[in-house]
Amino acid sequence: MSDWKKICFVSDIPVLGSRRVARAVGMDVAVFRNDQDEVFALLDRCPHKGGPLSQGIVFGTSVACPLHNWTIGLNDGCARAPDEGCTQKFSVKVVAGEVHLNSTELATLALDVKAPVAGPAHKEV
Amino acid sequence: MKKSRLVMVGNGMAGVRTIEELLKVAPDLYDITVFGAESHPNYNRILLSPVLAGEQTLDEIVLNSWDWYKDNHITLHAGKKVVEVDRVKRIVRADDGTEVEYDRLLMCTGSNPFILPVPGKDLKGVIAYRDIADTNEMIETATKYRKAVVIGGGLLGLEAANGLMRRGMEVSVVHVMPTLMERQLDSVAGKLLQQSLEERGLKFLMGAQTQELVGGGGEDGKRVTAIKFKDGTELATDLVVMAVGIRPNTTLAESMRLHCNKGIVVNDTMQTITDARIYSVGECAAHRGIAYGLVAPLFEQAKVAANHLAQFGIGRYQGSLTSTKLKVTGIDLFSAGEFQGGEGTEEIVMSDPFGGVYKKLVLKDDKLVGACLYGDTVDGSWYFKLLRDGRSIADIRDKLMFGESNIGDAGHEGHNKAASMPDDAEVCGCNGVKKGTICKAIKEKGLFTLDEVRKHTKASASCGSCTGLVEQILMFTAGGDYSATPKTKAMCGCTDQGHQAVREAIVANKYLTIDSVYKAMGWKTPNGCASCRPAVNYYLISSWPKEAKDDPQSRFINERSHANIQKDGTYSVIPRMWGGETTADELRRIANAVDKYKIPTVKVTGGQRIDLLGVKKEDLQAVWKDIGMPSGHAYAKALRTVKTCVGSEWCRMGTQDSTQMGKDLERAMWRMYAPHKVKFAVSGCPRNCAEAGIKDVGIIGVDSGWEMHIAGNGGIKTEVAHFLVKLKTAEEVLEYTGAFCELYRQEGWYLERTVHYVNRVGLDYVKKRILEDHAGRKALWERLQFALDGEPDPWFDFGSASVDTRQFDKLSA
Repeated sequence: MSDWKKICFVSDIPVLGSRRVARAVGMDVAVFRNDQDEVFALLDRCPHKGGPLSQGIVFGTSVACPLHNWTIGLNDGCARAPDEGCTQKFSVKVVAGEVHLNSTELATLALDVKAPVAGPAHKEV
Repeated sequence: MKKSRLVMVGNGMAGVRTIEELLKVAPDLYDITVFGAESHPNYNRILLSPVLAGEQTLDEIVLNSWDWYKDNHITLHAGKKVVEVDRVKRIVRADDGTEVEYDRLLMCTGSNPFILPVPGKDLKGVIAYRDIADTNEMIETATKYRKAVVIGGGLLGLEAANGLMRRGMEVSVVHVMPTLMERQLDSVAGKLLQQSLEERGLKFLMGAQTQELVGGGGEDGKRVTAIKFKDGTELATDLVVMAVGIRPNTTLAESMRLHCNKGIVVNDTMQTITDARIYSVGECAAHRGIAYGLVAPLFEQAKVAANHLAQFGIGRYQGSLTSTKLKVTGIDLFSAGEFQGGEGTEEIVMSDPFGGVYKKLVLKDDKLVGACLYGDTVDGSWYFKLLRDGRSIADIRDKLMFGESNIGDAGHEGHNKAASMPDDAEVCGCNGVKKGTICKAIKEKGLFTLDEVRKHTKASASCGSCTGLVEQILMFTAGGDYSATPKTKAMCGCTDQGHQAVREAIVANKYLTIDSVYKAMGWKTPNGCASCRPAVNYYLISSWPKEAKDDPQSRFINERSHANIQKDGTYSVIPRMWGGETTADELRRIANAVDKYKIPTVKVTGGQRIDLLGVKKEDLQAVWKDIGMPSGHAYAKALRTVKTCVGSEWCRMGTQDSTQMGKDLERAMWRMYAPHKVKFAVSGCPRNCAEAGIKDVGIIGVDSGWEMHIAGNGGIKTEVAHFLVKLKTAEEVLEYTGAFCELYRQEGWYLERTVHYVNRVGLDYVKKRILEDHAGRKALWERLQFALDGEPDPWFDFGSASVDTRQFDKLSA
């Protein structure tokens, strides 16, 4: 079963920017908006070292990870060559200026992927 | 729509590079057909010498496999020579009758070896040194015969001679000039080279003119047996390799009635001047009278040609400066520019023949115009850069000969000679890349440029301190002349414009938005990339303060969220403490915030501030508000800290009130965005406890006033600041410091620290602008005050600081 959940308006996302979407379980999803008002959604985690892609610079249909500047495709979540790796992508539906994500996907995809840790917590792991 | 047809004649390095560049920018524009006279895919011709010397195999030097052509839907006719082109019907005909029509034609016929017109030149065992067939014949001959003569003591001849010797032959080099490689080396270096090659076992006949090649050998009596000179002497030999130069191969072009003059004449867009449908790149093309024989300029040409073939039409090729490196293992030599000197030039020479080191630098009008290095070429790429940039070296003249000292570079165990490093030695300390990994990537992936090595291996892609080492590795692994990069480096892949041109255009045309810059300057991408957008945004707001609007989406995350992102996606907060002084009240507020927001780490920074690490993005606004201190801008390309010592208020040694001076400087210049981060320090006496000697601006109090030092750096490479001027009053310190900062803000390229900016423009230039031009200095200082006046604190005044607060809140699903 696939039902769609309204997340926000397209206008709630900055042009060439993003917003973070918290899920009940699992890491956040980042929703991006480009200058054509297209909206994309990826797990907020770079395939390289787990950087939050929502914090990167958006250009064309890509985002540059804020940690080590990997370029990730917004369409497929995959790193641009020669870098390798993909992050989970989520389906997006835009209806009348509203951004919808798929509830089933939100509740089931990439639930076991862990956020990176830093600081004293890092040593305890 | 039917695709246009692109036909390429010649399957060599320059041509295939053009196709590669074309496929990158316009993958589906053309149906591509390639004709190659040799029955091999495209290989790295520069590496024929290591193959001959037995250091690499033929398979290792193939650049594009058969599969590459297939994968890119390129029809390859290997082993077919094009014999005719009908320019009216636009048809190419090969020797086997194959016919292909074209809309665009790319002529990459390369060059032919020059064969001395002497009797006996057609005998068996007389060959040139140009392609795989020649190389194979030499390798084959070395297994059956003993004696070889190489005619020509240039780059190619010596590499051939060395290779044949390594294959076990007795080799004599015959050279018509008195010294070797006279086009690349002066006579002193040429003799050192000869001596070193003689020690390895090569024989030399200098000033010898060949009269005739004598036959009569072999089973059929048609093989060469000796070489005869004009003075009547003879030398017995089984093999003669002619390496006396190359000539652009224009036979086909001439038959097509394309204008040729020392090559196929092309314009700055690499189009033949006769027929705009026909392009030419590589050794066959004559651009402004020069046919280049080195790979790097050809790759520049390839880029331009591809750009035009892709119908972008914005690149121009404007010629290249080239440098030379001999590929004989164990011999280090380097030359570039006008190394011979001559009228109006001066020379700085260091000669240690016994130690096998010779360096000559040629200067003209305070600029480096040529360099010839033998034995120690570590600084070759630095000299080449100085030469290309054409910057005045007056201020570094006394140190020039000693090179860009690598001493003090952190991160690679102090290595500065890549050749002597073992394969498992770490070159790049940031990304843990070993020398062996880099060599392997260069060979397997056919990399030629520093950028390519960075992309594929990550070596030198972070802090850049190992760039010199990586360039050296590239030089001896990929061979030759990797370093002839364009005179102006493009900002990024989105444009061919360099930083200087973009900034000048913004100032001259009063562009106020990123979009208008991209449109006017022909950007190839709709909204740039993560490299150029922050740079252009900075140029706009620094050139047109109060008019150009800051675009937060074109700032790196730290400047967009006004905090430093950490590896787990949390942030650090560093409040401003003027001059590094704080109060119990401030510390109490900080302590309370640490408890309230459960901030895991509290650390004192090198710049005398307190760093709160691990703050969640959602908490940032509240933490700023609770602490109630100004933004420390520790996240920004801006003035960060002014580090001070205690000074005369307390210190028994202090001569000046350094803490007050530091506070005044910091209050006057905080919120100052710059091309990169800016750090000040103020010490109250020459003991210099605030370490002012390694800061962008360092002020040191002395009894009679203040010394001002600029462009120091304590990072990757420790650079001691230059003394600029001695000042009397605190007001003067503010004015001179502000003026220098504004100059840097106006002229520094984005992400260029003051040390690199001053190295680029020269200290003398800065002195002229700040010390000699009094009105100009005051104007700069006023301009900075105007720009900073009313600038908001981004931690409190979100609206005017263009802080999009939506970023702090999460949406919920």
